[in-house]
Parts: sequence; C-alpha cells; structure tokens
Amino acid sequence: MIAADASGGAGVLDWVLRVVDWAVADWSHPGDPNRGILPRLLEHMRLAYGSILIGLIIALPLGLACVRWRPVYPPVLTGVNVLYAVPSIALFFLMLPYTGFSDWTAVVPLALYTLVILLPNVVDGLRQVPEHVRQAAVAMGFGPLRRLVFVETPVAVPVIIAGLRVASVATISMVSVASLVGLGGLGQLIVSEGFRRQFDAPIVVGIVLIVLLALATDAVLVVAQRLLTPWAHTGGGRTFRKKAVRAETAAAGDGTALEQGESP
Amino acid sequence: MTLLVDWFSDPAQWTGPAGIPTRVLEHVYYSLLALALSAAIAVPVGLLTGHTGVGGFLTTSLANFARALPTIGVLFLIVLLAGIGLVPVVCALVALAVPPILVNTHEGVRGVDARLKDAALGMGMRGREVLFKLELPVAAPLILLGMRTAAVQVIATATIAAYVGVGGLGRYIVDGQARQDLSMLLGGSVLVVGLAVLTTLLFAGLRRLLVAPGLRAEAAAAR
Repeated sequence: MIAADASGGAGVLDWVLRVVDWAVADWSHPGDPNRGILPRLLEHMRLAYGSILIGLIIALPLGLACVRWRPVYPPVLTGVNVLYAVPSIALFFLMLPYTGFSDWTAVVPLALYTLVILLPNVVDGLRQVPEHVRQAAVAMGFGPLRRLVFVETPVAVPVIIAGLRVASVATISMVSVASLVGLGGLGQLIVSEGFRRQFDAPIVVGIVLIVLLALATDAVLVVAQRLLTPWAHTGGGRTFRKKAVRAETAAAGDGTALEQGESP
Repeated sequence: MTLLVDWFSDPAQWTGPAGIPTRVLEHVYYSLLALALSAAIAVPVGLLTGHTGVGGFLTTSLANFARALPTIGVLFLIVLLAGIGLVPVVCALVALAVPPILVNTHEGVRGVDARLKDAALGMGMRGREVLFKLELPVAAPLILLGMRTAAVQVIATATIAAYVGVGGLGRYIVDGQARQDLSMLLGGSVLVVGLAVLTTLLFAGLRRLLVAPGLRAEAAAAR
C-alpha cells in the first residue's frame, strides 16, 4: 500500500509524486462543483473562520464584562474550561439533532472552544492598560465608551491578536474532527476519501493543506497586528511586543497562565 | 438529566469489559501513556533549548507547526501504516501533547530573570547546576501549566481512539451515537469531563507539592 516502505530515496520520491499526482488530478471537477479538493478547502476555511469570528464576537463583550465586574471572571473562566474538556465529537453529535448537517453543527462547538483561549487574552489585554494611560484619557475628557474604543481596546490589540493566533491554529486543525459527523472540510478528504478507502494520498494532502492553511492564517494575523498597532514597532513600543509574546506563551498554556492560580 | 441518572445507576454499567470502571481505566491508561511519552520528549528538549538558547526559534516554530497538525489525520495515517491498535492512538496524542509542553518549558526556562542566573553563577554554580537548581524550579509553574493543558486536550481527544477500534470512554460516545442512545452518549461525555476536571485538580495539587512556596507567593502577588 505504501510505496515508501521500499527503503531508499527513489521509493519516497515515487510516493510523493503519487500523492501530488492525486492532488492535482482531484483538485477540482469543473462539471461537479462539489467534488474535489478545492471545495473542501473552501468549506474548511468557511467553518474555521466562521467559528473564530463568532468566538471573538462572544469573547469581546464577555471579556469586557469580566473586567468591569471582577467577581464574574473566575466562574466564567471555569465554565469555559469545563466546556473545553467536553470531547469535540460528543458536542458535534449532540448538535446534530438540532442543527442537522448545516454549518452550525461544527461552528457552534468550535466557537465555544475558542473562548478558552480568547477570553483570558481579552481580559488580560484590557487589564494591562497602564493606569497613567487611562488617567490621561480621562483628563482629555474621554468618557467611558470612547476610552474603551479609542484607548483601551487598541492597547489590548497585541494580546488579543496573540490569542487569535493560537485560537485560529487550534480551530483550523480541529475543524477536521467535524468530518466524523459528515462536515469538516479537508477532514472529509482524510476520513471519507482516505481512511474509509484505505488510501493514503488524500490523508496526506488533507494534513498538508490544513497545516498550510493554519500557517497562512497565522501569517495574516501577524501582518494584521503590525498594521493595527504601528506604534509597537517604533522605538518605545518594545514593552508592548514583549507583553504580546508573553501573552502568547500563556495562551499556549490555555491563556490563563498564573492568573488562574489554584482553582480549576 | 434523568436520562443520565438512569444510565449511571444501572448496575450493568459498572461491571464487565464494557463497564464504566474498565472504560475509565483504559482511557486513563492511553492518556497517561501519551502524556508520559510527550513529557519525556518535550521537557528535556525545552530545558535544553531554553537553557542554551540554541535552536529556540526552530523548536518553537516546529511546535507551532505541530499544533496545526489535525489529530484525526495523524491518527488515520498511522492506522494505514501500522494497523489498528494502541500505537496510532498514542502517536496522535503525543503529537497533540508535545507542543504545549515544549513551548511552555522553553519559555519558562528562557524567561528566568537574568539577575537570578548571574547570582547563581556568582555563587559558583556550573551550567548544569544553574539549570537544575535554578531554572527548572523557577520554570516549574509554567511547565506544569503546559502539562495540564496537554493533559486536558489528551483526555478530551483520546475519545477518538474509539474510531479505530480501541476502547476508552470514546466507545460510549461513538457507540451511543451509532445506536442513537442519547443517555450513553451523554454519560460518556460526562465521564470525560469529570476525568478532565479531576486532572486539573491533580495538577493544582502537584503545583502545591512541586512549586517552591516563594514562587507561589510571587504568583499570587502578581495577580
């Protein structure tokens, strides 16, 4: 089955060529727009980006609320963490009776999973706004809403984007699990075309495309951060970048870092 | 809710090869095996790159790359290569667990205050002593956090093992869906979540045991 088993460079090369051949041949079928790799890739992007976007739309106000009313944060964070521990297949299965084979079956659970990374980053980002910056804004006559929109949110952007980067990579790779319930974009290649037919090429192509999509998305977010926070790259902005890097590390460990302390 | 209570209170659930204790043990076994292997790979590498600063960028990039790997892709590919069994499951879970542990270990060691390192060198410590007596203990909270994240992910994801014919709590979820048995599906999920919560508590305990009191106080003050 795997030509590469024949040890030696020629075998590996043959195998790679075979996989590439398959990918090119099956890239798209003009006669049947729903078949081929391209539609799966587009579906994957739709599911992943939709989930991330919805996650962000929930995380921003929720994070704000958690900053404003401090006691709310620990229980909300615990809830989000518990939700994160629910296996994704179980959530997909549980969604099926309500949403059927629509995108929502994949998007709702995935959006909820992103919260575990996005929420702590939004909260940390907003909390790290230096007090003197806040006071300067007040002195300039900014009301609470304008302060939030024009001062606090921009300062929090690097940390929020750091969270988005981790969340998007995680979500893009997790979309493929949805293929076990018949959704899941590139995961479909892996499950129905690859595994069920015992054929390695679609699995490899699926994995490679998912990784490439994740890396490309990550690159876009890095560029977006540079464009959104130009001050972070001129002389005095080093602390911002350092903080963003630290927040990213923390996000890698589910974003709560030492914040969460002893309680689960 | 009553569905769940009925499912859990049925005595047939608690015995035999498909009983809850067996399934939980299987699940714990896969998860522990994967986590131990991942830690055995990721912690030494992270300590080394963090301590020497050599290959740090490469390691963290690789870890980010690995984070993008779809678990079911890895799982199914290895099943095709090596056949059904424990090997593909553990490999896929290791691929999942290595990145958070590696990145946190690396950043934890690298983030140790340079003044502390100077002090350690000034006290006459050698490179290795600095690593084990200073950097490792100071990085411990972050390393534990990485392992906790990895553990929760592994426990939730180990359910996929059921798809390649291995046991564990995923059986309840997959079989529950196949038989349209909602109580079984819910019961399996609840058990997985319970296991994850228990793991989180366990790590809180480990933190108390392993992290020096001074560091814990500092973390609390930083809050």
